[in-house]
Amino acid sequence: MADMLPIKLTVNGAVVSKLVDPRQHLTDFLRIDLGLTGSHLGCEHGVCGACSVRVNGQVIRGCLMLASQSDGADVQTIEGIFEAGEASELIEAFVARNALQCGFCTPGMLLTAAEIVAEGKLLNRQEIRNELSGNICRCTGYQSIIDAVEMVLLEKLKEA
Amino acid sequence: MKASPFKYLHAQSKDEAYAAFAEYGDEAVILAGGQSLMPMLNMRLAQPAVLVDINPISELSGIVHLNQQLHIGATTRHVDVANAKLVAAELPLIGCAIKQVAHRGIRNRGTFGGSLAHADPAAEMPACAVALDATFVLQSRDEERRVNAADFFLGVMSTDRRPDEILTTIELPAQTSNDVWAFHELSRRHGDFALVGVAATARRRSEVLEELRLVVFGCEERPRISKIAASSSLSQKDALELASAVAEDLDPMSDLEGDAKTKRIQARTLIQRALDDLFVEGVNG
Repeated sequence: MADMLPIKLTVNGAVVSKLVDPRQHLTDFLRIDLGLTGSHLGCEHGVCGACSVRVNGQVIRGCLMLASQSDGADVQTIEGIFEAGEASELIEAFVARNALQCGFCTPGMLLTAAEIVAEGKLLNRQEIRNELSGNICRCTGYQSIIDAVEMVLLEKLKEA
Repeated sequence: MKASPFKYLHAQSKDEAYAAFAEYGDEAVILAGGQSLMPMLNMRLAQPAVLVDINPISELSGIVHLNQQLHIGATTRHVDVANAKLVAAELPLIGCAIKQVAHRGIRNRGTFGGSLAHADPAAEMPACAVALDATFVLQSRDEERRVNAADFFLGVMSTDRRPDEILTTIELPAQTSNDVWAFHELSRRHGDFALVGVAATARRRSEVLEELRLVVFGCEERPRISKIAASSSLSQKDALELASAVAEDLDPMSDLEGDAKTKRIQARTLIQRALDDLFVEGVNG
């Protein structure tokens, strides 16, 4: 086995120091080494978006980044974002619009949707669909997910 | 779906990367944004012994306006290219096409140079680089050389870059107010690789297009300028005929998304749309 590499990073606000196998990707590290199983692994080659996590403020594919590359990074997972209450409006909207069934894609959907909402632009339904196109859902048929994100964007615009 | 074991090197400078190339030769592979390489590692299509991560080399990232050109550092992330006001103002073709590059989470991590060096025939940025007559700067420990985009792409995931070289900068001539451009692609899902796509630039003088640089991608083994389209000035009444001739001249690879005949028909339609855009006042430049 290749030499283990030391990494030190922030995960959901807490400093973590660990040794990692160079070939381990970030989502495996979060799930296996830290027990943060909210980020899911679907395809493991960047197509499905279930593994999405936030690194230095931007949502990325956790399966397409090595844990060793996260040395010094600020990582947030769905657990941290939920704890911080940051996605509470989106979560309420997902519930209200029945925007999930099995829930496998939901953490990734919420992370991507949170980034869209944070950008503060009012998008039409086609634009929302395009922005979410990197996250695959096999249950809902997407309509209800678009409904939920649209609902939050419209609420935000009303506030502004 | 886990990568095979490899040695991981965090290159803090170009010299550290060159040292790794010297030590490991062909065994060493450059890791930039990883949005193409990581899937290949996870699927074990690639099993390199050594990964040289060039992300820490800060001089490889950034966008500069210099001598009517934009110089885009190879590890500039797609999202930063997409959001750059300089790109929107000086390279509207890239500004438009980059929104079609993969998905948000991938654009946040993937790099401009990485997409070019990977050279997927269905990728958007290689086609745009060829249409815009970009120059690629390649550096090794002993040499720096400049390669024209049209000469850089050799085939499917094959380029003129040598294993001991880093693609450092992409130099793109700024589009001027006389330049018109068009970009179209067909994909099953927004952000997916193109089934077929077209990137084009031209000069429009009164009702005539000149210096037409039309590149079809997702079709042949590499993006290339259509010689037929480039040969003369074009009036709108001849556009339909030209689209057919350019499509006929293609040698499309059959794939799971369609056979050569289907691809040629798709390409012809997209070329027609692109030419229409180039002729319409107020659209694209």
